[in-house]
Amino acid sequence: MSDFQTALELRDAIAAQHCSSTQAVQQMLNRIEQVDPTVGAYLSIFADRAIQDAKRIDQKIAAGQPVGPLAGVPVAVKDNLCTTFGTTTCGSKMLEHFVAPYNAHVIERLQAADAIIIGKTNLDEFAMGSSTENSALRKTVNPWDSSRVAGGSSGGSAAAVAAGLCAASLGSDTGGSIRQPASFCGVTGLKPTYGRVSRYGLITYGSSLDQIGPLTRDTADAALLMNIIAGHDSRDSTSASESIAVKPDYLADLKQPINGLRIAVVPTLNAGAEASVQNAIEEALKVYQSLGAERIEITMPHFDYAIAAYYVIATAEASSNLARFDGVHYGYRSPNAGNYIEVYSKSRDEGFGPEVKRRIMLGTFALSSGYYDAYYVKALKVRNLIRQDFVKAFEKADCLMLPVSPTTAFKIGEKTDDPLQMYLADIYTIAVNLAGLPGLSVPCGFDAKNLPIGLQIITNAFTEDKLLRIGQMYQSVTDWHKRNLPL
Amino acid sequence: MNHQIDRQLVERAALLSRLELSESEIAQFSTQLSAIVEYIEKINTLHTEHVEPLAHCLPVHNVLRADEPRGSLSNAEALANAPDTIDGYFKVPKILDDNSGA
Repeated sequence: MSDFQTALELRDAIAAQHCSSTQAVQQMLNRIEQVDPTVGAYLSIFADRAIQDAKRIDQKIAAGQPVGPLAGVPVAVKDNLCTTFGTTTCGSKMLEHFVAPYNAHVIERLQAADAIIIGKTNLDEFAMGSSTENSALRKTVNPWDSSRVAGGSSGGSAAAVAAGLCAASLGSDTGGSIRQPASFCGVTGLKPTYGRVSRYGLITYGSSLDQIGPLTRDTADAALLMNIIAGHDSRDSTSASESIAVKPDYLADLKQPINGLRIAVVPTLNAGAEASVQNAIEEALKVYQSLGAERIEITMPHFDYAIAAYYVIATAEASSNLARFDGVHYGYRSPNAGNYIEVYSKSRDEGFGPEVKRRIMLGTFALSSGYYDAYYVKALKVRNLIRQDFVKAFEKADCLMLPVSPTTAFKIGEKTDDPLQMYLADIYTIAVNLAGLPGLSVPCGFDAKNLPIGLQIITNAFTEDKLLRIGQMYQSVTDWHKRNLPL
Repeated sequence: MNHQIDRQLVERAALLSRLELSESEIAQFSTQLSAIVEYIEKINTLHTEHVEPLAHCLPVHNVLRADEPRGSLSNAEALANAPDTIDGYFKVPKILDDNSGA
């Protein structure tokens, strides 16, 4: 079997007994052993456990017993999702040896679907970053060019799918952390609507922004994964109940194109991307127009303020959320702490990396007396203005299309000395999180250096079914998502 | 608003964050946070007198459940990741000194 089969293809082959799950998992483990020392996608691999799970699925299939919708398929999950097996590190020295006492909701859902969780993937520490360079535990490179970053913060999840080291993976997206690495690595990535997927067991960064979603080879696999992970969970009080949004079958109408699709574009925004990205987006829009879509030019007057508002809101939430790491209950404790204050302050200084400390400091500053109204409350008001821009856009159009990132994958080390430059590269993805909307990244070309380019499609809240159909329209007539690595 | 994050502001934020920063970290954060806050300052060029703050985007408020007991972690599970424990408790250095008059 090919290393680059989709999850659906592999599932069907296993169900039809054209290959066994045990064979598929063993082949994947062999490939990880060969390729991952270079790519660095994984922080942990569950070889024995995965083989045992695969044998169990094979027996069920051989016995004609019913199996779940991902039966026998090897998948990977970002290492900020709690698992009772292995460690859950968040890419941090703080949690390097942490073993979670419960499974995240999405882990339970994958297991109920009979998926094989083959390993946990690298990330920027506590999901804070855009390149996975902030991981304290491992370096991940872009499988298309090992001198470049895989993107972040779900860089390991994107690189693992791109390099054929899992059939599909889960990541999390607070400001672009699924869509941007998907774009950099040439895979499909979906950030669902805030509230669509339970965050129970996702180690939190920005609670009003975080959302779990799939990274896959195509939109059909993203739909399959959404069928498994989406839906209400009472353990996350921000998880949307059926009365707010009914969960559809994302695969049911996936291949039905949307007639008279109205696409909003923001010319002034696209002009900020490098030429190769602009050209690829224009070509993608022409593909849609050839399928009967209408192009509507709009403005998003507050989009330009999204990064500024985000780095107040996300860091304020982070500074509060990460207060739980106290060197007492779990995680790292400094051996140099004399008194109880030093247990906190030395453990946190030694346990957190520079970017995490920077964001805690920034958030603490924005929430502190004398600055709270000028920064935090102001940013929440700007967030409302940004959301209103989207409301107006969706009165005129079915979706908004724009780049995922202004550039293709940048060089390792290129932006590490200048955090603001790293933040500014998130210009196209961050507003979607502030507005709580779903966003999809689909491969739409390559630049002259043979690096993948991503098209971002955004639709209204809780319309992932429509969003995936729009993505599917494009993938049914293009093959950018089928370009595999020459490894 | 003055966006210069001087040494004093960094030390104050570090104290509130319970981060014992080194000298070099204080200097570095002062420079980097000044640049970031200068950029963030652009939100204060927008007029927002009649705009409500938006903390999150979901149409839900005050999610409640029935007040019924549920299972929780056992003592052993709750302590399993603790850096130091004693007799089923989290162990920390002494909080009150001997002359505190308690």
